[in-house]
Amino acid sequence: MSRLQVVSGKGGTGKTTVAAALALALATEGKRALLVEVEGRQGIAQLFETEALPYEERKIAVAPGGGEVYALAIDPELALLDYLQMFYKLGGAGRALKKLGAIDFATTVAPGLRDVLLTGKACEAVRRKDKTGRFAYDYVVMDAPPTGRIARFLNVNDEVAGLAKIGPIHNQAQAVMRVLKSKETAVHLVTLLEEMPVQETADGIAELRAAKLPVGRVMVNMVRPALLDEADLELVRSIPRTALAKSLSTAGLGGARRGGGADRLVDPLLEQAGEYAERYALEREQRSVLTGLGLPLHELPLLAEGMDLAGLYELATELRQQGIS
Amino acid sequence: MTSDPAPAHTPAAPRDGAREGTRGHDSARRLGPTRVLDIDPLLDDPKTRIVVCCGSGGVGKTTTAAALGLRAAERGRKVVVLTIDPARRLAQSMGIDSLDNTPRRVKDVDGDGELHAMMLDMKRTFDEVVEAHADRERAAAILSNPFYQSLSAGFAGTQEYMAMEKLGQLRARDEWDLIVVDTPPSRSALDFLDAPKRLGSFLDGRLIRLLTAPAKLGGRAGMKFLNVGMSMMTGTLGKLLGGQLLKDVQTFVAAMDTTFGGFRTRADATYKLLQAPGTAFLVVAAPERDALREAAYFVERLAAEDMPLAGLVLNRVHGSGAGELSAERALAAAENLDDAGIVDQETGKAAFRNSPETQGSSESPADSDTATEAPAPDVGSPAADRASADGAVGQLTAGLLRLHADRMHLLAREQRTRDRFTALHPEVAVVEVAALPGDVHDLAGLRDIGDRMANGGPTGTA
Repeated sequence: MSRLQVVSGKGGTGKTTVAAALALALATEGKRALLVEVEGRQGIAQLFETEALPYEERKIAVAPGGGEVYALAIDPELALLDYLQMFYKLGGAGRALKKLGAIDFATTVAPGLRDVLLTGKACEAVRRKDKTGRFAYDYVVMDAPPTGRIARFLNVNDEVAGLAKIGPIHNQAQAVMRVLKSKETAVHLVTLLEEMPVQETADGIAELRAAKLPVGRVMVNMVRPALLDEADLELVRSIPRTALAKSLSTAGLGGARRGGGADRLVDPLLEQAGEYAERYALEREQRSVLTGLGLPLHELPLLAEGMDLAGLYELATELRQQGIS
Repeated sequence: MTSDPAPAHTPAAPRDGAREGTRGHDSARRLGPTRVLDIDPLLDDPKTRIVVCCGSGGVGKTTTAAALGLRAAERGRKVVVLTIDPARRLAQSMGIDSLDNTPRRVKDVDGDGELHAMMLDMKRTFDEVVEAHADRERAAAILSNPFYQSLSAGFAGTQEYMAMEKLGQLRARDEWDLIVVDTPPSRSALDFLDAPKRLGSFLDGRLIRLLTAPAKLGGRAGMKFLNVGMSMMTGTLGKLLGGQLLKDVQTFVAAMDTTFGGFRTRADATYKLLQAPGTAFLVVAAPERDALREAAYFVERLAAEDMPLAGLVLNRVHGSGAGELSAERALAAAENLDDAGIVDQETGKAAFRNSPETQGSSESPADSDTATEAPAPDVGSPAADRASADGAVGQLTAGLLRLHADRMHLLAREQRTRDRFTALHPEVAVVEVAALPGDVHDLAGLRDIGDRMANGGPTGTA
């Protein structure tokens, strides 16, 4: 099991949710997981229903069996200051640099620099050990940028190479790449059973593979319950509407004669069944595309009540049952 | 037309369902009437010259922009749609295999209007700006500068900056009656407004000026301290970034400055275009918490910036033709059927499937009295077969009822999310666009979405 788990996905597929559920799942049975946010939008805080996260690792949830989930929202500017402090012992000069806008400058001027700082921080957490020589975190889960940008984001070496050919940033990028391309890392992609996200997932996997980054699993999120099966759908096509009206009437929904309560339900119910059938066919098609990718596939249910903290634990349990940890 | 809290043409379904659902929800509905966004007058008005579709990622922004463009064109206007990152299928739906940085005419558009479509190529757009403002030699120097290359290819904010730039260019050409703009995919809808300015002020910023002209500073009295700071800083940055980068930046900014004028000035100019009369913003969202929260931020921001908001397009809204049947009643009825179902259902289904008569009867459902007795085939089949077929029908009916309950729960949830938005922003006109079961593949699909937008209600349930 890789210790750095990177979670990406098309916008709107719920990758932050899946990342958080994954952290909870991995932390079960006394493990420690760090959930890292890199896009500065406080999605983790919202999900865990706490106040905005500072740039500091703090415990955010307890997993079943005594595990712990820590969270960290990485701020690239502060990460750079940290970094300068570490290498140059800047002290107060660091603050002066910040005041002058130099930090903002440096993180903005070199697109790759920002990414190195973000991935670098995550890699540092992966490698960190406590006094006893035990890893500080058993797992680090990163809520990463979306599928369209993930390969570029992780492939910091190429990004930075053109800009910083030497110097500490260059070395940092090299070190980060060693972790990212190793077995220590797995990049998961979150998708929905819809055409566009599935297509993006396939493209993203191709890009990751081209960059020699380790692709992990495909997580299908928000899978709707299968309320009608193949046989039902076949029956829907052939059933006389009077039979359905009668059955609805038996169920206590009014008269089956024409114009009766049950009879009036038949058309709308059949129409909804028709929509369901259409979606069912589409989903089956997308599922087969995903299966063809040759990666472990996980499905997470759509939560009827919308996403909340309880739902997050539910998804974590689901992931554990599917053998993710 | 605006007296009803839901769009006037929405079937009673969602409303009633919601009422039976939750009480608190019902009271939320009474907060105030929602205005219905009427798309056609907006598209038809010759004074409308720019429509900007904004919203967070994954809400169908690009599709909405394309559907609006098609509808306006088919209502007689000469339209160009500027998309940022269309899915392949969407480009194909407009009959264009690969959209590029030049507007291409879309074929098979009905009526007298014209539809053109293009996709923003940010690097190409940036290159064109440079080429247009510098002589050949200087342009070549800028284009080959490594810092320029990374800036134009993937700088945070470049896409937004260049989308604005392209919009300004299209508007300046004055070839189109109407420009429909899709905005870059980003987590935050606000990025579209903020990123160009951020990039502009960064490139024009104090620091970059200081970096590029440290010599001037040294001469001025009182600036000595700063100068010391500067050299320390350039030293640190140089060490950090490897030195060469800083030189590249300096060369780049100097070259750009003499030819191009300020970035910030340029960003400001396009920003003003967005405030000009003739521009209309449409905020696009789906009835989900995050998307509507973003939409609310954006609405507030537009108001603060005096930018004209036409309304909210709420995509993927569900409806039901059987809204009077609540989720609870549907589930209870389904349980009644489960309790009654004592026969082997698999056999029942098989019996049903294999019957040629039932296959044939599916097209003539209403005319038969016999079907009220038993839906199962009678020909030579024992009573048991009929009973098991009944069981299959019962199971199917229960399934349909659960499906309906699921739909009603979804409706209630969407309605709650929508109400939260409406309560905060009752002034915003809203149009609901019914959810489609699949993706859009052709002009007919886009036309359908346009119709749904104009009709404002979940037509899929009719």
